[in-house]
Amino acid sequence: MSTYSVTEPSGRQKWFAGILVVLYAVITLLPLLWIIGTGFKSPADAIAYPPKMIFEPTVEGYVNLFTTRTRVPEDQLKALGEPTTWYDKLVRKNGVIITGASRFAERFTNSVIIGFGSTVLCIVLGTAAAYAFSRFKVPLKDDLLFFILSTRMMPPIAVAIPIFLMFRSLGLSDTHAGMILLYTAVNLSLSVWLLKGFIDEIPVEYEEAALIDGYTRFQAFYKVVLPQAVTGIASTAIFCLIFAWNEYAFAVLLTSGNAQTAPPFIPTIIGVSGQDWPAVAAGATIFLVPVMVFTILLRKHLLRGITFGAVRK
Amino acid sequence: MAQIRIENLRKDFGAFNAVKSSSFTVENGEFFMLLGPSGCGKTTTLRMMAGLELPTSGEIYIGGEEVGMKRASERDIAFVFQMFALYPHMNVRKNISYPLVSQGLNKTEVAARVAEVAKILRIENILEKPVGGLSGGDRQRVALGRAIVRKPKAFFMDEPLGALDAEFREHMAEELRALHDRMGATTVYVTHDQLEAMQMGDKIVVMNHGVVEQFGKPQQIYDWPATKFVAKFIGSPPMNFLEFDGAIDIGGNEINLAGTSVKVPVSREKRLGKLTLGVRPEHMRFRDSAAFAGRVIAVEYLGTTQIVTLETPHGDIKARTPSNQAARVDELIGLEFDTRTLTIFDSISGKALVSEANEGVLSHG
Repeated sequence: MSTYSVTEPSGRQKWFAGILVVLYAVITLLPLLWIIGTGFKSPADAIAYPPKMIFEPTVEGYVNLFTTRTRVPEDQLKALGEPTTWYDKLVRKNGVIITGASRFAERFTNSVIIGFGSTVLCIVLGTAAAYAFSRFKVPLKDDLLFFILSTRMMPPIAVAIPIFLMFRSLGLSDTHAGMILLYTAVNLSLSVWLLKGFIDEIPVEYEEAALIDGYTRFQAFYKVVLPQAVTGIASTAIFCLIFAWNEYAFAVLLTSGNAQTAPPFIPTIIGVSGQDWPAVAAGATIFLVPVMVFTILLRKHLLRGITFGAVRK
Repeated sequence: MAQIRIENLRKDFGAFNAVKSSSFTVENGEFFMLLGPSGCGKTTTLRMMAGLELPTSGEIYIGGEEVGMKRASERDIAFVFQMFALYPHMNVRKNISYPLVSQGLNKTEVAARVAEVAKILRIENILEKPVGGLSGGDRQRVALGRAIVRKPKAFFMDEPLGALDAEFREHMAEELRALHDRMGATTVYVTHDQLEAMQMGDKIVVMNHGVVEQFGKPQQIYDWPATKFVAKFIGSPPMNFLEFDGAIDIGGNEINLAGTSVKVPVSREKRLGKLTLGVRPEHMRFRDSAAFAGRVIAVEYLGTTQIVTLETPHGDIKARTPSNQAARVDELIGLEFDTRTLTIFDSISGKALVSEANEGVLSHG
């Protein structure tokens, strides 16, 4: 009798797999941990060499991220009296005072509006198009689908100049609507193709059953197809959001004030004395949160095989 | 409940002609079988009746009303799919009540109707369960529940037992037939299984290549097939075909097989040339005195009966005889046919010749 088993790995194999997983996790998470750590360092610790693994944590970077400050002479600082808030107190140690809020909150809000706005639009249009391509006889269907995909056959930035000129003459430069439109246009092909795949997988009998049960085509789509496409919609939404959220090149080119998103803003954070790395890291950390939360929220849909077992194939 | 009438129904998918001019009538309360091999157009016919496909031409009447171009939801019918098509994101109760919700019934009435159906189908204990974990039989019952809950004019079923295990199939077939009798509902049932069709149907339509080959009661179709296709498709083993060159006159009742004379029912048609004698395996007896004989090449024992395969000058034939009747391989056995049950086919067209025996069945359809 040998103890060899096809399905159950041996103890040594399990150890080996475990070590590999941990190693991989460390490698992929290291930059993330570095960024999060830097956000809590003092400017001096942030640029210390060799890098400091153990340091005294401070939220100075976060305070700097959300404020604009100015350096004042020692005697003036004294004349101001005791600082009234904890963050005032924190910055005064460095001989500066807070003069107002920074634009980070505004840029971050822009990112939220543009990122989620284009994701919603992508999903709505993508689902409708994918459903039509999947279920109806569309003339030149294959050609149309290929054409839709072909919009992704070059890097979008290759058409930056025409888009820049178009946006300028249409008055879309530096507007939320313009950026939402642009990101939707770039992501829509991905969304149509991904969603078509998911909708193709849903047996057409469900809709037919609903049609016979007295529902209209739209009700059948809305009440029967959509709930089963949730898995696909969730993963497509994550892809769309991640792209729109992280997009840098077009944001730099097309936005400057009103509709500027966080990615072009964060690197421009300059402290009172040069580049403020802890503030930049703090900005990057906060910037990560929405996509992380969104992905975690939708994770259960990604994992749940909602159509499992209802149809025998 | 309603009568359903199909007139010259035709369906083309691009250049492919799926159904060619079908006509038949399903009487009120009938259990009606659409039988045929895969690709014969039976499912397409049913889908046109249900409103899931639009006919290319022809008419469909449900309860006297022409519905060919109407939406499925306007036809007041229920459909049971082969794969059940239970809504996977709803539990059993929601699945069954779904057609009622679309009709705008109030909650108490929906609950009452669902309870009634659950009782009929004996699925009260699984009402709150998700449909994903149900066994095949329970899924089938839920699908039936969803169909009967709205008391439609007619039920359409597309191979509803096709996805079930063989042993369970038999049981569900009985249950289905009992349910039909209890509800008295007009039911159209698509199947490729001739046994299922014979067992359950009041009437059968046999289709092949988009054409209605024959339409009638199971026994009429079994005994008096209108074409060679029907004769071969129905019955297991199928009808034996003995090809011969010969002639038969109006009023003639004899043909010549391998130099021996065989009595057949009195013919109402005159035909000369390539003909086929059709004989069911159970419609022949072993008789040493018979002039037409065959050599035994195989014997299959089936309990009370046996299937004996014999080699004759007109091809191999299978005989179903009581298993106590001795038949040894290589033995030469005389065969006597039951005259009243024989059918002669035109070998070229495949159509049965009308005779005294089958004229009652063949003349109306």
